[in-house]
Amino acid sequence: MVGLVIVSHSRVLAEGVAEVARAMGVGRAVVECAGGDTGGGLGTSIDLVERAVRAADGGDGVVLLADLGSSVLTAKMYVEGADGKVVLADAPLVEGAVAAASMAATGAGLDAVLAAAESARDHRKT
Amino acid sequence: MNGAALADFVRRAAEVVTADADRLTRLDAAIGDGDHGLNLSRGFAAAVEALPEGAPPGKVLIAAGRAIVSKTGGASGPLYGTALRQAGKTMGDAEEVDAALLGAALRSALEAVQELGQAAEGDKTMVDALIPAVGAYQAALGRSESLAQCARAAAEGAEEGAEATVPMRARKGRASYLGERSTGHLDPGAASTVLVLHALAAVAAGEGS
Repeated sequence: MVGLVIVSHSRVLAEGVAEVARAMGVGRAVVECAGGDTGGGLGTSIDLVERAVRAADGGDGVVLLADLGSSVLTAKMYVEGADGKVVLADAPLVEGAVAAASMAATGAGLDAVLAAAESARDHRKT
Repeated sequence: MNGAALADFVRRAAEVVTADADRLTRLDAAIGDGDHGLNLSRGFAAAVEALPEGAPPGKVLIAAGRAIVSKTGGASGPLYGTALRQAGKTMGDAEEVDAALLGAALRSALEAVQELGQAAEGDKTMVDALIPAVGAYQAALGRSESLAQCARAAAEGAEEGAEATVPMRARKGRASYLGERSTGHLDPGAASTVLVLHALAAVAAGEGS
C-alpha cells in the first residue's frame, strides 16, 4: 500500500491532519507525521521527514503532503535526494491528505494516489 | 582556493551571520516570521561543526550544506543548504578551486536555489542578490581578474541587488501575503546573501589569489 507523510511546521497540525486522513482512509491508509522541529517547536526537520517516510514506506511508494514555506522546500529537497519511490503532492494539505488516504486505502498505486491528492486542488468551497 | 580556504569561508560566514543575527531577525520581523537571524546562525554553527578535516573544497561545501539543511529549521535551511551542496558538487574532486571553477560553482548554486524555491528575479528573495552577484562575478572573470577580485565583485553585486529589493513587492514566502505592505523593506534573505558573499570575498582576499 502507498504510504502518506504529513509535513507541517506544527506537530499538532500534522497529527490533526493525519487523524482526519486516517479516518477517511477507513483505518487502512498508512499516514505518518513529520511535524515541527526536532525539539518539538515550530519548524521543519528533514530528519523527521526521513524518519516518517521510512515508517510509511511499505514498498509501494510514499506521497508527501506539505503545508507551506519551509515544509514545502524541505519535502521537495528530500524527494530530490531520495532514491525510493517518494513524491511530493502539489495539493492543499487537508484536502490533499484526505483524498490521498481515501485512494491509498483502495490499494491503488503511487500515480493514482498522487493524482487523487492533486485533484483536491479543484474542490471549490463556495 | 583549497579545502582549508573553503572551510575558512564557512567559519567566516558563520561569524558574520551570527554577528548580524539581530539585524537579520529585525528585517525578517518586518515582513517575515522574524527568525532569519537565529535560524541562519544556528545553521552555520552546525556547518562549522560538520567541517571535515583535510577534505577537498567540494566535500567541505557538501558537508556544510548537509548540516545547514539538517539544523536550520526555516526556509533558509533548504535554500542555503542546497546552494552550498550544489556548489560543492560542481567543484567535484578538485583539490584547488580557480576563478573559473568558483564562478561555475556560484552559478550552479543560484540555479539550485531557483529550482528549489521557484523564485524569479524581482520576487524579493535571496535570488535578487544572487543573480547580480553571479553576473558581476562572470563580468570580472571575463576581464581576466583574479579569483579574489571576482569574489569581491560578486559581493558588491549582491549588495546592489539586495538594496534593489527594498521597493519590491514580495511574491514568495510569508511576505507575499502582505501585498503592497511588503514594499519599503530590505529582504532578509538578500541581506544574508550579501553577508555570506562578503565572507567569501574576505577569505579569497586573505589568500591573495
